[in-house]
Amino acid sequence: MLSFTIQRIGLAVLILFVAVTAMFLMIRAVPGDPVQIMLGPRATPELQALLTAELGLDQPIWKQLAIFYGNLLQGDLGIDVFSGRAVTDIVFQQLPHTLWLILASIVWSAGLGIVIGAYAAAHPNTIIDRIAAAISVSFVAVPAFVLALLSLLIFAVHLQWFPAIGAGDGFWGALDHLVLPAFAIGLSWVGYIARLVRASMLEVMGEHHIRTARAFGLSERRIVMVYALRLAILPVVTVIGVGMGFLLSAAVFAEIVFARPGLGKLVIDSITTRNYPVVMGAVLVSTGLFAASTAIADLLNAWLDPRARSAR
Amino acid sequence: MTNSRSELTQIVVGIVRDPLGLVGLLIVGSIVFCAIFAAWIAPYDPVAMNIQARLEGPSLAHPLGTDQLGRDTFSRVIMGSQVALKVALPAVFGAMFIGLALGMIAGYGPKWLDNLLMLLFDTLRSFPTVMFALAVVALVGPSLQTVVLVVMATSIPTYARVARTQTLSLRNSEFILAERAMGASVFRILGVHMLPNIIGVLAVLAAMDIPTVIALEAGLSFLGLGVKPPTPSWGALLKDGYALIRQTPWLVVGGGLPVILATLGFTFFGETMRDVVDPKLRKQR
Amino acid sequence: MTEVLLEIDNLSVDYETGRGDLKALRNISFSLNKGEIVGIVGESGCGKSTLISSILRLTAPNTRFREGEVRFKGRNLLNISEQDMRSLRGSDISIVFQDPMQTHNPVLTIGRQMLDIQHRSSATKAEKLHRAAEMLSAVGIPDPQARLKQFPHEFSGGMRQRIAIAMALMSEPDLLIADEPTTALDATLEVQIIEHLRSLQQDMNCAVLFISHHLGVIAELCDRVVVMYAGAVVESGDVREIFGNPKHPYTRRLIDCDPGHIKERARVLPTIPGEVPDLANLPKGCIFRERCDQAMPRCTASVPPLQTIAEITGHRAACWLNHEEMAS
Repeated sequence: MLSFTIQRIGLAVLILFVAVTAMFLMIRAVPGDPVQIMLGPRATPELQALLTAELGLDQPIWKQLAIFYGNLLQGDLGIDVFSGRAVTDIVFQQLPHTLWLILASIVWSAGLGIVIGAYAAAHPNTIIDRIAAAISVSFVAVPAFVLALLSLLIFAVHLQWFPAIGAGDGFWGALDHLVLPAFAIGLSWVGYIARLVRASMLEVMGEHHIRTARAFGLSERRIVMVYALRLAILPVVTVIGVGMGFLLSAAVFAEIVFARPGLGKLVIDSITTRNYPVVMGAVLVSTGLFAASTAIADLLNAWLDPRARSAR
Repeated sequence: MTNSRSELTQIVVGIVRDPLGLVGLLIVGSIVFCAIFAAWIAPYDPVAMNIQARLEGPSLAHPLGTDQLGRDTFSRVIMGSQVALKVALPAVFGAMFIGLALGMIAGYGPKWLDNLLMLLFDTLRSFPTVMFALAVVALVGPSLQTVVLVVMATSIPTYARVARTQTLSLRNSEFILAERAMGASVFRILGVHMLPNIIGVLAVLAAMDIPTVIALEAGLSFLGLGVKPPTPSWGALLKDGYALIRQTPWLVVGGGLPVILATLGFTFFGETMRDVVDPKLRKQR
Repeated sequence: MTEVLLEIDNLSVDYETGRGDLKALRNISFSLNKGEIVGIVGESGCGKSTLISSILRLTAPNTRFREGEVRFKGRNLLNISEQDMRSLRGSDISIVFQDPMQTHNPVLTIGRQMLDIQHRSSATKAEKLHRAAEMLSAVGIPDPQARLKQFPHEFSGGMRQRIAIAMALMSEPDLLIADEPTTALDATLEVQIIEHLRSLQQDMNCAVLFISHHLGVIAELCDRVVVMYAGAVVESGDVREIFGNPKHPYTRRLIDCDPGHIKERARVLPTIPGEVPDLANLPKGCIFRERCDQAMPRCTASVPPLQTIAEITGHRAACWLNHEEMAS
């Protein structure tokens, strides 16, 4: 288990290193002088030269990369072009909003998806199973941002059941503001997870140890809920880890549609003002978040599955 | 050739027989039809403004109403199908063929190249798609080509991984070993013997990927980072609709419905195609 | 006086399939006395598995019990409620399955699983765990307390089969069904496991229905034997008599083909030529006819009944040859 943990974390770090380096080189490769963008066209050549030196842009590229990594390891992602604040501070101020939104979406969608999937697997080919399957496919297909727009239109603008914009104050206020965006992001996941759990359940229910449990007279309820579900849930853990990437993407749209604070809104706002350090900082942090979540999911899976624990 | 044709017929028959597949095929067919004949179907010029008829609700003259500049929403929806397919088809098929080539190289080539390519794929997959797209758009500016490139870059790894797995498993199969023993060239083995066995699986993946790409294009255009105005894309319609959501619901509905219909249609089509071509794939996804 | 525990009476079971009904079992009859060990022999596909799942009523959904009864202590198991059936499973009737590698739930500890199967007992958790450890040491697993905390994959195949036997005998059942319990294991382990099974069986005096295609094990362990072929009983009786004086050509061929029986170095290992007939489309007459080197016209005309050959030993066989013999 320990060596597997080290290996998995090592892989995540390696991938992050390659990704971040690629991103850094990409920024440098793009035409356009960041100094000019930061200072505007009317800055004096002296001022431009000063900032160039300050940013280290007159150094060779490998040295720039080294400086960049040196700063990164100290948690320094650069300076906001306009406010002069540290990008790290700005990004981590917005991050919790996005994390809460993603967490809320996962909790409700995975919970409901597992229940539907387990029920469908316990009653395969019944009418309810068929309906669940058809709805699942449809939910999976519909993009989250269209759902966000439609739910904004119906539940916030027309019915006015839920607030349309912002993140809300206090626990209940925040929860009230989470409902619609979390609904829009999570709906496609309900179908996806239900399908996954159904397929996985049906496979597990056909395995020999289930027959053993039946031969010992265990109740069907116990067999499904404990003996089968414990196994069938394993792929869901992996999928949720990988799904963080999708959820992060969906959260960008939900934050725009519902005018919520968060990483997505930060990136979009910074793109429109050409505030590149903030854009890159936010993208970097979300990439790190994604890499971490897939690694955690793999480790969690290994922890939940004793076979994977000792196989590595 | 007759063999592959009858296989194709079988696939089409299999899709049509499934009610879900038939619905998918009908939707996909109408979208393609709309895209090809958009200029004839659209009742108005999609970019023609009419200040007298601004923000109208649905009527006989304007089935989906008009926008803030008096442009006919229905015409813009019809023309939008062209944009959607112009992004989705090249992006998906480009990614599929590049992924196929890279995956076969990784699977058949030397071990170090395989490791290198796998690391590259893993890295590309490590960016959350939309965040990656936003970063690229921020750097090179929004355009239709940028969207196509971003989508290709993010989906190449998926195709490459599948192609690699298939190549690896075929590589040691008896008929390939026999070919190699008889001195067949690498190109002959890859092109004649492996390609037909891999392309089917990838085609299914591609069909299932189209709705994702359509959604991504609409999403980026919605954020104002995709196709530039006044080009009538579904995402741009939604962008206008969002800004005017308190004045009229029709723009959001008019832009949202085609996106939902298109993604549903392509998904139904893709899923049925997968089940017909290779039922085993169902488990892998 | 021997007391009948299990009685299979004229049991016929079909599987409903797309290409018609598969006649998996046809008119099976035999009985098992209290404390007795009966072996069932036959090639794969002879209906052994269907028979076991019919006794436990753990059959696939497409199974149809066409006729006959499965009487356990006088009750017909085929028409009691699911509730009643469930209360018999794991308490009065237990089973050890064939493949020990897949018998246990991979994500639960052995202790947890052995605890769970005592769900009917009113004992405390500590008492149940103690009982589990006791059973593990009875089947020869050292350090049982510690091993209860381990997962199935941390045990070898032989160990897992011992655990399966420990689990099956924990409730001191009246009937143990052993479905090829040693087939997946190598020969030395097989002997050990059989020894444990036999000593526990004697302690508890439970009856065993022992399914195997290994004739050596059957001969060593069983009192009586039932030979099955393509879903029907072709011969049954005392184990010594069947192996010493087989009265059905199929039994004879089985004995000839058993590796333990082949004394001289043979260039070609003997096999039974031909294939088991299609159960969805049974040929007329004797089912073994097409593979039998002694087939006669009569074998095609009608099915030979299971006929008593020796009253005292209960030796019975289903072959027209015996009729000829008796007539002459």
